[in-house]
Amino acid sequence: MATVRAIIETLLFVSEVPLSLSKIKELLAMYTHGEITAALEDLRKEYSGDSHGCAVVEVAQGYQLRTKPEYAGWVRKLNKITPTRLSRAALETLAIIAYKQPILRSEVEAIRGVDVGGVLHLLLEKKLIKIMGRKNVPGRPFLYGTTQKFLEVFSLQDLSSLPSLKELEGFAKGPVEAEGAEAGEAKGERAEEGAV
Amino acid sequence: MTTAGEEYQVRLEIFEGPMDLLLHLIRKNKVDVYDIPIALIMDQYLQYLDVMRGLNIDVAAEFLEMAATLAYIKSRMLVPGGGSEEEDEEEDPRLELVRPLVEYARLKEAAFVLAGRPQLNRDVYARNIPPEEVWGLERGEEIAEVDLFQLIAALQGVLKRAEPGGFMEVNADVIRVKDRITKIVEILNTVSSITFNELFPEGAGKGELIVTFLAILELVKLRMVRAFQHQASGIIRLYLAVGADALIQGEV
Repeated sequence: MATVRAIIETLLFVSEVPLSLSKIKELLAMYTHGEITAALEDLRKEYSGDSHGCAVVEVAQGYQLRTKPEYAGWVRKLNKITPTRLSRAALETLAIIAYKQPILRSEVEAIRGVDVGGVLHLLLEKKLIKIMGRKNVPGRPFLYGTTQKFLEVFSLQDLSSLPSLKELEGFAKGPVEAEGAEAGEAKGERAEEGAV
Repeated sequence: MTTAGEEYQVRLEIFEGPMDLLLHLIRKNKVDVYDIPIALIMDQYLQYLDVMRGLNIDVAAEFLEMAATLAYIKSRMLVPGGGSEEEDEEEDPRLELVRPLVEYARLKEAAFVLAGRPQLNRDVYARNIPPEEVWGLERGEEIAEVDLFQLIAALQGVLKRAEPGGFMEVNADVIRVKDRITKIVEILNTVSSITFNELFPEGAGKGELIVTFLAILELVKLRMVRAFQHQASGIIRLYLAVGADALIQGEV
């Protein structure tokens, strides 16, 4: 038991992408499914303790060792990087694509009421969305969808871990405007674009 | 004129579009979205457009389109429901506005929820190893031996990278291909493998880059060095032929 756990911990430490359960099982073929899942759960529990700065998280249909949010400041101190922020326009467009994919640019624009060409380009560049194909209508326009990286960036196990649209009572809750200095945020993002 | 341009930017930042503005007005007036007082909202909407014009801002076409929609709905509200029989069946004209508005509000909320999630490289961090250091010959299926054309393409990349600063030709010492070959073999004897780009240090003169490239070509031709390209990242890595043989036979 202890060995399986140590092996999995090693793999999670070294891997730069989330490791799927099937990949772990493939690598540890000599252990049973039960042993592996028990070891994973054991690791997850152990790392969730206060004495650890990292946690075993389930993300993008896999497992990954990630730092805990409360220690983000220390990582930034070490790496001296300013985190990239998405503008409100980018986030809204991304949310629409995440929920409505595969979706046409014109459909996104119909929902937002504004042109989204520039934002789509940015999201494609950041590899948060991808072109999934073309719709069989005149002009054969592109269909957009979210990527694996989108799940990784937003700590999502899969698309179903997003709250359903029905659950989101757009009008019951407070306004989204409470997000803070939007203009500053968007400007900061543009500056960071060059740095990335 | 420049100030007007800046104002336009600022305004757009505040309201992403007509839907956003409408949503704001509905919330500000605390009215029921399913029972929007069209006259009131339309009034404020137009006032807002006036403010924009007053600031010499180009009012985007989308904003005007929405103003037209509001006016149309308002006019239909004024017309008593056609015939008395149809009255029950006729849809509230505001519905064509309410449906997309509710949808937009929900998706905006979704964006808000998304923004609040722990975000990679903002709130949480994972190991981040540059791809050049990660892969070796172990992932046999993902690499392929490169040919002359791929090497030339890689050289073009190197030259492009070197270009911005411009080349400064200093003819002090001439580097010979023969010497460079010895140097590369020496490097490979100590580190076992090196990426193509690493052999071309930044700031090197054009002459040096070309000599290095010729040396690589010669080594590949003599089968002393084998070059492999990682398919996913496009990175080319060079190995001494002896070592590469052993690795390939052992792994693939």
